[in-house]
Parts: sequence; structure tokens; C-alpha cells
Amino acid sequence: MTQAQLQEAANIPALLEEPGVRKWQDFFGFQTDHKVIGIQYLVTSFIFYCIGGVMADLVRTELRTPEVDFVTPEVYNSLFTLHATIMIFLWIVPAGAGFANYLIPLMIGAKDMAFPRLNAVAFWMIPPAGVLLIASLVVGDAPDAGWTSYPPLSLVTGQVGEGIWIMSVLLLGTSSILGSINFLVTLIKMRIPSMDIHKMPLFCWAMFATSCLVLVSTPVLAAGLILLAFDLIAGTTFFNPTGGGDPVVYQHMFWFYSHPAVYIMILPFFGAISEIIPIHSRKPIFGYKAIAYSSLAISFLGLIVWAHHMFTSGIPGWLRMFFMITTMIIAVPTGIKIFSWLATMWGGKIQLNSAMLFAIGFVGTFVIGGISGVMLAAVPFDIHVHDTYFVVAHLHYVLFGGSVLGIFAAIYHWFPKMTGRMVNEFWGKVHFALTIVGLNMTFLPMHKLGLMGMNRRIAQYDPKFTTLNEICTYGSYILAISTFPFIINAIWSWLYGEKAGNNPWRALTLEWMTTSPPAIENFDQTPVLATGPYDYGLEHANEGVPLYDPNPILSGGPNSVLRAEPDPAVAANPEDRK
Amino acid sequence: MQSQTIDPAKTELNHHHAAEASVGHHEEHPDHRLFGLYVFLIAEGMIFMGLFGAYLAFRATLPAWPPAGTPELELLLPGVNTINLISSSFVMHNADTAIKKNDAKGAQIWLAITAAMGAIFLIGQVYEYTHLEFGLTTNLFASAFYVLTGFHGLHVTIGVLAIVAVLWRSRTPGHYSNEKHFGIEAAEIYWHFVDVIWIILFGLLYLL
Repeated sequence: MTQAQLQEAANIPALLEEPGVRKWQDFFGFQTDHKVIGIQYLVTSFIFYCIGGVMADLVRTELRTPEVDFVTPEVYNSLFTLHATIMIFLWIVPAGAGFANYLIPLMIGAKDMAFPRLNAVAFWMIPPAGVLLIASLVVGDAPDAGWTSYPPLSLVTGQVGEGIWIMSVLLLGTSSILGSINFLVTLIKMRIPSMDIHKMPLFCWAMFATSCLVLVSTPVLAAGLILLAFDLIAGTTFFNPTGGGDPVVYQHMFWFYSHPAVYIMILPFFGAISEIIPIHSRKPIFGYKAIAYSSLAISFLGLIVWAHHMFTSGIPGWLRMFFMITTMIIAVPTGIKIFSWLATMWGGKIQLNSAMLFAIGFVGTFVIGGISGVMLAAVPFDIHVHDTYFVVAHLHYVLFGGSVLGIFAAIYHWFPKMTGRMVNEFWGKVHFALTIVGLNMTFLPMHKLGLMGMNRRIAQYDPKFTTLNEICTYGSYILAISTFPFIINAIWSWLYGEKAGNNPWRALTLEWMTTSPPAIENFDQTPVLATGPYDYGLEHANEGVPLYDPNPILSGGPNSVLRAEPDPAVAANPEDRK
Repeated sequence: MQSQTIDPAKTELNHHHAAEASVGHHEEHPDHRLFGLYVFLIAEGMIFMGLFGAYLAFRATLPAWPPAGTPELELLLPGVNTINLISSSFVMHNADTAIKKNDAKGAQIWLAITAAMGAIFLIGQVYEYTHLEFGLTTNLFASAFYVLTGFHGLHVTIGVLAIVAVLWRSRTPGHYSNEKHFGIEAAEIYWHFVDVIWIILFGLLYLL
């Protein structure tokens, strides 16, 4: 060894020799392993889900009776503001990023993300931002202008709280942008040589579309918030009509992000559902390319429909027409996905385990949310129900019935990979039953409330709405209870669950072709694809499981025990089934 | 769509050779970094697009623009500053060309000149701020003027700091060479980006 080499060897920090996680304590530290960061994302966001959920229950408890009797109207305003902000920016968006972090490198056969340290930076922006946001309650001046923070209202209520809100959302937006840069570079540059773009798992396609959306839309929200912060702190009047400003400009900037944000929140789980349904139906996915390209179509259309949130803001009629039509067109790619999933399940050998139940629940409830979305896209109807509980019902069917059920489906599906253990199916099904009952009980009556004319964001209402509100409130308690079986099940299964083996679902995508939980650098060698990601039941899937180069070893190595054996009873095409 | 022949440079994992892999897996591929930088600049560009869009929207909704009583903007100083910034992009390009010819000394000189030109731009901007007859809250135009140019000035500052950092690193002989010059290239791309944004900004605020 030359002196230079010796010196180089001596300069390597001791830490680098064994990167990654060996024990549970490591999940609390600064790690660059994408799997650790993925789990950190998921656990952190789940904690915020619980906090946001408690706030939702406080809101519902206040609304159980028509009078203001549980919290003061000021606290009520802060509660629904924080509930929405936490659920969107600290639960659903980071949870999607968590799955992406965990799964993308595994699915494309890479050792890590393209920028592991940037990845850690992106994650570690989230806990401070969340703590900052919740700390505003302690300051006694929590943000209370709704999660949209429309000026001029947001400029005249609590200044400190609003400043905290802006800072926190800017931080979370930055984290989201940095994450999406990482996903894009990883997906484009680090696929294994044999993975053609059309052999990429659909979750990767979904994350590709999501990341493009984040990249283009989030900075515009940042620009809007910078201007809002100047209005709030420096006394400018960008959005203040008294100084010649225009609050509608803020609405445009806000919705240019926040409308695409609903796709940022749903597309990753469209991707996850596209993984889960074929595996648990033992059938190739129906319309792979249609699902893949519809994600891109959704993200493009998602960028040009933002003003449908502003039909009552006084925008010109022709503009409303444009936004109405483009919004309705989004139902087409979404419908393509829904029908492809149904066609995948059709004639398949469906295993009704917790993951699949949540996936089916996702499809069902999301359709309801999607249909009320098309209704709201129609200008005359929207003007009628604008800012009523109909909108609340719609968004919760999409975000709870869609995203949150999608998150749970994905957790149940990838739990064996992440922990090496199976979940307890019985308690998983209890969780599912409670969630579905609670969800529909809470949000279905809200459609009716909205049509009857009950406003959103009010603590006090006409007594004629009482009965339906009581049903909603008790439903929300069921939802709160439903998380307990999940939490206990997850912790218990992680510690004592049945050993899962490497590929318990007999899946064909690459993440199942390594150990459970995966080793620090995922794969010993660069994997080579032998089958497509969804070739279940096809003939060549019998012989070809993904093998390592250069010497395919059937008897040893991580792949040997992972034979994805298709079920002979299930034919690829239901027509062929005798 | 990928071609059938595989270019190993484009498809290998995030370490190029076994020696690096045994050290640790956190080496970043230079090719990835360059691509990541471009993706990052899309996001940066979108922040500016948001601000420009807001500016144009204010301009469109107000009956008179700039609002009555706004003093005329002096064009000489910002004009000279603009020429200075555009030229600095060419100077910066020379640094990149020099390092690609393994001329580290030359690259250092060009980098130093670029940093100096960037600093001159910033000084010019501050000088202009102190001599303007309106303040941040005078009217909507004034607010937009300060926020937009200030936000761009922040980016110029970051650019200058990046160039100084690259210059500092290039003191180590062999730190940058014909094959390994991501730092200089990244600083150059960022500098061009800042320059392009300024051209749009100058057109919007001063000329339109």
C-alpha cells in the first residue's frame, strides 16, 4: 500500500464502515440509509396523524351540539386550522414520501437513493416544522385562518400564529421539494440496466408523476407564502385591498400548489394500490401502460385546474368554464385506473387479507369521493354548495377514504418486508371494519348536511342540523378507536409476529427479491430482470424469477428461496379458466 | 425509451467501482449530481415564475402601473449592472473551459474575476437601494420591486458564495481536473441560471 492509500484509508471515519441500522435506537438518529429514512417518515407522520386526529375529534365534539359549549370559538378556529394543516402537510404527504423512500431503490434494484444525505436533510426538516406548528398552541396565538390562510383574514387575526404557520409550511414545502428531486434523479438515473422504463413497477411511475407535480407546483406556494409573510411582517400590501393589493392573486398562487397537492396526496397510493391488487389477486395488472400514463395525465391536468376552488371568488365567467371542463376531464384518467383495478380483480384468486381489504375499501370510497368531485366541478352546483359540508364530505372521502386507506393498505402489504414479520390478520380485519364503519358514519351524513346548507368552519349551527351532526361525531369516535387495534397490532407484530420470510406474497417485483428486512445495501449484486413486474400466472413466470448476474445461482443467494410460484389454478386470462 | 445497448456509465449503481463500494455506499455519482442540479433549478425557476406571475397579475388588476406618484427608475446604474452580470456569465464559462484543459491556475483566475463581478453587482444593487426615492411599503410597485430584486440578490449572493467556495477548494492541487470538476460546473450552471432570471427581471421591472 502506498502512503497515499494508507492516508486515504485512515481518513475514512469509523462510522462509515457499517452504515445503516443494526438496532432500534438507530431509528432515532441521523441515518442516510433510505430504508431507515422511509420508516422514520412513516412513524413520524403517523404520530402527527394521531395528533391531527385528536384535534378532529375535539372539533367534532364541539359540533355534537348546536351551541358553543366545549371549546371557545377562537380555539375552535385554531383546532380546525391545525387539524387540516397537520393532516395534509405532516401526515399524508410525508407518508407518501416515506413509502417512496423505502420502496423506490428496492423496486429499481438500486443500493440507495441518488442523494442519501439530501434525503436525510429532507426528512429532518419535518419534525421541527411539526413541533413548531403545534407549539403555536402553547404560544396562545395559534393560526386560525383555516388551512388556506386566505388574506386579508389571515393578516388581521393572530400575527404570531400566522407567522409560525407560514414558516412551518415553507419548511415542509422545502422538504417536499428536496425529496422529489431525489426521487426523480433516482428513478431516472439508477434503474438497473435490465429495467426498461416500461418494466418499472407502477408505484415508481406514480412517484415519478407525483415528484414532477411537487417540483412544479410547490415553489409557487412558496412564492405566495413569501409575499404573504411580507404582508404580515413588513407591512407591504400585496394581498391587502386597502393598499391596492389583490387577495385573489394569493388564491391563485395558493391553489396552484394546493390543488395539485390533492394529487400529490393520492397518486402515491394509486401506485401502491396498483401493486397490491395484482399480487393479492394473483393476476397480471390490467392495462399496465394505461395506469402508468394516466398518472402522468393526472399530474398534467392537475396543474391546470386550480381555479375550480375559486368559482365564487369573482373570476370571469369564461375562466370558470375552462376550469370546469378541465376539472371534469381529470375523471377520465382516474376512471381508467379504477376500471383497470376492477378488471385486474375480475376472475382473479383474491386473497382477502388486511392489505387487500384496505385496497378494495380504497377503490370503493375513492369512487364516492371522485363522483362528488365531478359534481363540485360543475360551476352551478359548486356555487350552491361552496363552503358547505358537502365540500367537507367530498374532501374527506378523497383524502380519508382514498389516501388514508391507501396508506394502511400499503402498510399492511409491505409490513413483512419492513419488519420481517407478518401482521396479525384478525386484528388487521378488525381495524379495517372499524375504519370503514367509522369513515362512512362520519363523512356520509356530511353530504346531506351540505345540501341542507350547513356552513363549514363554524362552531355554532342551526339546531335543525343536530341529528346528523351527532351521527358524524359518534362516527369520528369510532375512527379514533379504530387506530388502537392498528397501533397495538403493528407494535406486537413487529416484536413477536410470525416470521414472514423474504417473499410472503410470492410477488415478482424486486423489493421482494431480497431479505426481509433488506440488508443495508439492499442487493448483493445488481439484479437482472427475468419477468415483468406483474406476470402472475403467466407461463414464463414459472421458470423465470429475477436472477443475479453473472452466475444465476438457484440453490444459494437471496433469490433462491424467493421463487414466485404462480398458482396453476389461476390463468392469466379469466376466459382461459376451465 | 432506453436503447438495447447499455451504457454502463448511465446504468451502474451509485458507486463506480468496488473500492468505493467497500468504503461506504454513500458516494454520489457526479452524473447524478449534475442532473439533480438541473432538477433543483426547475424548482428554483418555479419560485421566480410564481413571483413574476404575481407581479404581472398585480400589474393587470391595477388601473395605472406603476401607481401614480412612483418616481421614474434610473436606468443607467442597473443597465451597467446588467451588462456586468451578463459578461460575468462568459467569464465564468472561461473558468469551466480552463479546467477542462487541466489549467487549474487559469480556472482560478476566471473564478476570482466572476466572484468579483458578482460582488460588484451586489454592491451596485445596494447602492441603488439606498438612492431610490421609494421604500418597501410606498406602494404595490415598490413592494414588488424590492421583493423581486431582493430575492434575486439573495440568489446572486448564494452564487458568489458558491464560486468563492469552489475557488477555495481549487487551492488544493489536483482537486479539480479535466475529469473531475463537478464543483466548477455546478457553480457555472447556477450562475447562468441567476443571470437568466435577472434578464427576465430587468425586462419586467425596468423596461416594460
